[in-house]
Amino acid sequence: MANEIKLTIDGKQVTVPAGTLIVDAARELGIDIPVFCYHPKMEPVGMCRMCLVEVGRPVVDRATNQPVLESDGTPKLQFGPKMETACTTPVSAGMVVIGMSDKVKAARNDVLEFLLTSHPLDCPICDKGGECPLQNLTMGFGKGTSRFNFEDKQHNQKHVPLGELIYLDRERCIQCGRCVRFQKDLADDPVIGFYQRGRNLVIDTSSEPGFDSIFSGNTTDICPVGALTTADFRFGARPWELKSAASLCNHCAVGCNLTYNTRREAKSDGKVVIKRAMPRQNENVNEIWLCDKGRFGYHFAESHQRLEKPLIRKDGELVESTWEEAQDLAAKALRAYGFRFISLASGRLSNEDLYEMKQLTENLHGQACLYSPMAGGNLTPLIGYANPQGLSSVGKGTVIVVAASNLHQEAPIWWMQVRAAVKRGAKLIVVNARSTRLDKFASAVVRYRFGREAEAILSLVPGSETSGESGKMMTEAENLVVIYGSDGIGLEGSRQVSAASAELLRATNLLGKPGSGLLPIWQRANDQGAWDTGFTPPDDLVKVVSEADGVLIAGADPAGDHPAYAAALKKAKFIIVQEQFLTKTAQLADIVFPVQSMLERDGSYTNGMRRVQRFMPVVEKLPGTRPDYLVTAQLRQKVVHSNLEFISAAQVFMVLAAHLPDYQNLTYARLMETVPQHPILGRSDVYYGGTSFENRQGLGVQLDSAANRREAYSLPAAPSVQNDLPDLEHAEELMAVPVAELLDTGTITQKSVLLGKRTSTPFALMHPKTAQQKGLAPGEKAKISLAGVTYQTVVRVDESVPTLHVLLPRSLGIPLEKPTLVKMAQ
Amino acid sequence: MSSLLLLRHREISNLNRLDIYVKNGGFKAFKKAVTGLQPQQVIDEVKTSGLRGRGGAGFPTGMKWSFLPTNLWPHYVVANADESEPGTFKDRELLEQNPFQFLEGLAIASYAVQAHTAYVYLRGEFWQQAAFLDRCIAEMQKAGYLGDQLFGSDYSLRIYTHLGAGAYVCGEETALLESIEGKMGQPRLRPPFPAVEGLYGKPTVINNVETLANLPYIIEHGAAKFMQYGTAKSPGVKIFSLSGSVNRPGNYELPLGSTFRELIFGLGGGIPAGHKIKAILPAGASSSIILADEKALDTPMDYESVPALGAQLGSASVIVVDDSIRMDWLVNKTVHFFRHESCGKCTPCREGTYWMSHLTEKIVHAHRKEDVQLLNTVARQMQNKCLCALGEFSIMAVMTAIEKFPEDFTASKGR
Repeated sequence: MANEIKLTIDGKQVTVPAGTLIVDAARELGIDIPVFCYHPKMEPVGMCRMCLVEVGRPVVDRATNQPVLESDGTPKLQFGPKMETACTTPVSAGMVVIGMSDKVKAARNDVLEFLLTSHPLDCPICDKGGECPLQNLTMGFGKGTSRFNFEDKQHNQKHVPLGELIYLDRERCIQCGRCVRFQKDLADDPVIGFYQRGRNLVIDTSSEPGFDSIFSGNTTDICPVGALTTADFRFGARPWELKSAASLCNHCAVGCNLTYNTRREAKSDGKVVIKRAMPRQNENVNEIWLCDKGRFGYHFAESHQRLEKPLIRKDGELVESTWEEAQDLAAKALRAYGFRFISLASGRLSNEDLYEMKQLTENLHGQACLYSPMAGGNLTPLIGYANPQGLSSVGKGTVIVVAASNLHQEAPIWWMQVRAAVKRGAKLIVVNARSTRLDKFASAVVRYRFGREAEAILSLVPGSETSGESGKMMTEAENLVVIYGSDGIGLEGSRQVSAASAELLRATNLLGKPGSGLLPIWQRANDQGAWDTGFTPPDDLVKVVSEADGVLIAGADPAGDHPAYAAALKKAKFIIVQEQFLTKTAQLADIVFPVQSMLERDGSYTNGMRRVQRFMPVVEKLPGTRPDYLVTAQLRQKVVHSNLEFISAAQVFMVLAAHLPDYQNLTYARLMETVPQHPILGRSDVYYGGTSFENRQGLGVQLDSAANRREAYSLPAAPSVQNDLPDLEHAEELMAVPVAELLDTGTITQKSVLLGKRTSTPFALMHPKTAQQKGLAPGEKAKISLAGVTYQTVVRVDESVPTLHVLLPRSLGIPLEKPTLVKMAQ
Repeated sequence: MSSLLLLRHREISNLNRLDIYVKNGGFKAFKKAVTGLQPQQVIDEVKTSGLRGRGGAGFPTGMKWSFLPTNLWPHYVVANADESEPGTFKDRELLEQNPFQFLEGLAIASYAVQAHTAYVYLRGEFWQQAAFLDRCIAEMQKAGYLGDQLFGSDYSLRIYTHLGAGAYVCGEETALLESIEGKMGQPRLRPPFPAVEGLYGKPTVINNVETLANLPYIIEHGAAKFMQYGTAKSPGVKIFSLSGSVNRPGNYELPLGSTFRELIFGLGGGIPAGHKIKAILPAGASSSIILADEKALDTPMDYESVPALGAQLGSASVIVVDDSIRMDWLVNKTVHFFRHESCGKCTPCREGTYWMSHLTEKIVHAHRKEDVQLLNTVARQMQNKCLCALGEFSIMAVMTAIEKFPEDFTASKGR
């Protein structure tokens, strides 16, 4: 085959694509060439010199261009005078690599001896012990003793906080540069770097707060020694004491696969507690990365504020009750008030929970409402981005449009992958009212005034007079991915954006291939699952709720988000809440059922790309709590006397798979299937890829789209141009629009104290001219009046924000669901 | 007229003034190249001349220029004025006293590879020389020797100076490029080589100051005349920086192939009274040490002959050692230099130079046999493993000193 190279490593032959590095070719053979600075996801640097091997190449007669042969007919080989680093040398035809000779073994021995000269004898207290590449390779290739004089060891600072999440031990650092390179090349946050030179080379952070990057935790995975450790896991446990449980992050729509490590420990009263979250390799979803929100944001499950007993309202107060009493009361109420019943669910719930809720809602002829200000979940089964490989292999030939999204904050791992795709040759077109961290990799940026999102997206349709270079890019593209978020829009805006995005895809004729499609950035992990099970966001949630007789709310806290919802709930006749915490919504309820977090049970989520993935129980359930699906099923049984056949998530899944059109042929077993992934990581050679975990519990199943199956479907009409935007020039008010901040104070996020310092604080972002006009000073406090209530915030300015608008972050205390006129003053 | 090719200022006063330089034939070669020769012809002439890099590696200059691909632009030329090898001070004299000849050479090299931007990278300690060069460059620009459409042609050239910040490792060409690009001065992986992927990822030529200063003569008088100096394989003249235990240390311009004796005992005035010559370090601190016996003294100083003594000519920074100097003391100095200057990127050099410095320090004070053996072992362990030449050369003085002067590493009586 063209571009395939055959070579021999330690006597074994292997054929690999041209451009493969020797170290990766060896792995295909199961030969592990030891490395420290090399990492398969980054460019090699050849710094540590651990991977030196002998390399021989066939000699070619310069005059005849023919290979020179030995007397026995085998090709004559020329070995270089020096050994070469396997990590920087690409393979070539007929190459012979020797990794098992005395010379190579001596070289590895020497390099290890050098590395250990000033390396501290910290193993007994170092977190890395047990999963430490340096330990393992020293055992494998190093000396048992050191000839270096102990007193000469260079000392350096230990426990240097690079910010409060990551600690650095400068003595342990072996200057491999993996952390610096990850931050610069993959995370685009070069906030750590090397300082000084020679033996004094140290890592330091240049940002304030220190190590200011939402991807910082990944450096502790790839650090080959215990130099970088997380505040979360430091001195927590020994790796060999830990048990692993496969789970999913439930903070955003990416659906990162992770492994929780747990330990039953005396100091936690014999409970099984989570010691840390580690990435689980899934090249089709998150590769081997996690953002810090997912890595450090699991503590909600162990919070002392978890509800443990059902609550019922007696004489106006919520009092503890029993499951029996509370369920009977709930059933009685629903039988009485059932005729105007709504259920309100969010993507925090699993498919099983949502399916049971939908069944109950149907049984009561009610309305299944999705608590989400985004539209388009009905379009993804038709034209969704259904690439089984996700974004991690996208490159040349693909155009990616990102519209109305601050991708870095809304779905960090997708942001990383879009950036990497652009580096591999994909073209990016950003459509956004203001600048975001995507602009610098974009081939084209389209700006619009808030309210004109759809128009801006449609301006890209090739052939239209506005499409220009971007239109040309799309006519030449092989694939088109249109990603849209919720930056500056509410539900109505989202309807426009999703319809325009669909129209853009339709107009380019690139639908029907796995590499093309629509990708919404839902705000919660399983919003897509909610859409698929039949939940949709109502046009006017306030109206729907206030007119309801019976409301069942699970996994959402509308009262906490917006006073209008609190007021609406007060009008509803009977409220049942399934929650983990006593949220503002729960406080308004008539009955509160305490439910398990997703860490105490199993279930499945459907991520934004429509990959169905399974999560397993991690910790023992909090006594007294039940999983959402069971609570709802039991309620159903009492209300409509359904057969309570389903008592496990697996059984619910079987039923929903049978009934939901796209979920046919799915089983929990299928969700657990795995195939070998590349790069081959997570095995006993932790030095190769870091301490991410091999995925043996399932890669999930990618659902296909109607377009890819070449079925007929119909899309909504392209939205018409907005002509009725309010005139802001002569208004006293500003138009406030909602935007996302990754580290906000959502119900489950805020319980992770570790992220406390990194949590965003309320701000009002506007153009400097606008600030000036309103007499506001950047960096100073200001008051903002919204629907008759005044809130405090801090003014920030950015010249890319359209004038007369102000951007307010969601879930940080100021309730804003959609573009709304506000008044601001000092 | 000057009989010297490079240190012409010693015979012509004020050669570092533009008017004097021009009066003495300055920029005739550059004008000849730009108006009368194709860039390829310039490359060919320099190839024919056999001129080899004067920064230490001795790589044929014309051949290096011909490696630049002609389908990737722009091209850059960078003059390496990082001169930091202990015992090397030749480039400094050129920069201060004959700058225009160097700048003209830089201009000729730029024309040859069709670069329109050239940089002079100076070590951070040369801020005065850099300021002076900036003035020279401004004068050249005013006089029409730099800028757009030179001599009525469509060739344009601008030269900029760039200061380092005090790192010997930035004399390594790829570390130098990193420094110009604003990054830490650490060497890059090679391949790719700068000729193909250099400054800002573009084809780049990096030449030593002295190398460039040879070009006006070659272009004006022709390769053949240049080759009348020196030897067949090492043509031309060389500035030898002579220092150490000699009566007249300094820069001396001699044809390549002149012997050590001619330099040290002829021009250099020999060893101070009461002492005998003991050893020669021909390439500064990076040298393999030469035992200064009669054979060595009569060895020609060129790129071919010096290796017979187990050493390299290098940058020809000839440090003379007499019998009052103990090699353990000397090696302690060189090792401390490399430990201080190691960039730290690769394990063997970063840890090895640190380790060696502790050992040499101990040896100078206690002379324990185990330490000497260990020192030699550590040096050997570093060999052929380092990312760049700094690490590789840091061990040469150590190993050759232990090999050739073992008695200096033992405790002595009455010294």
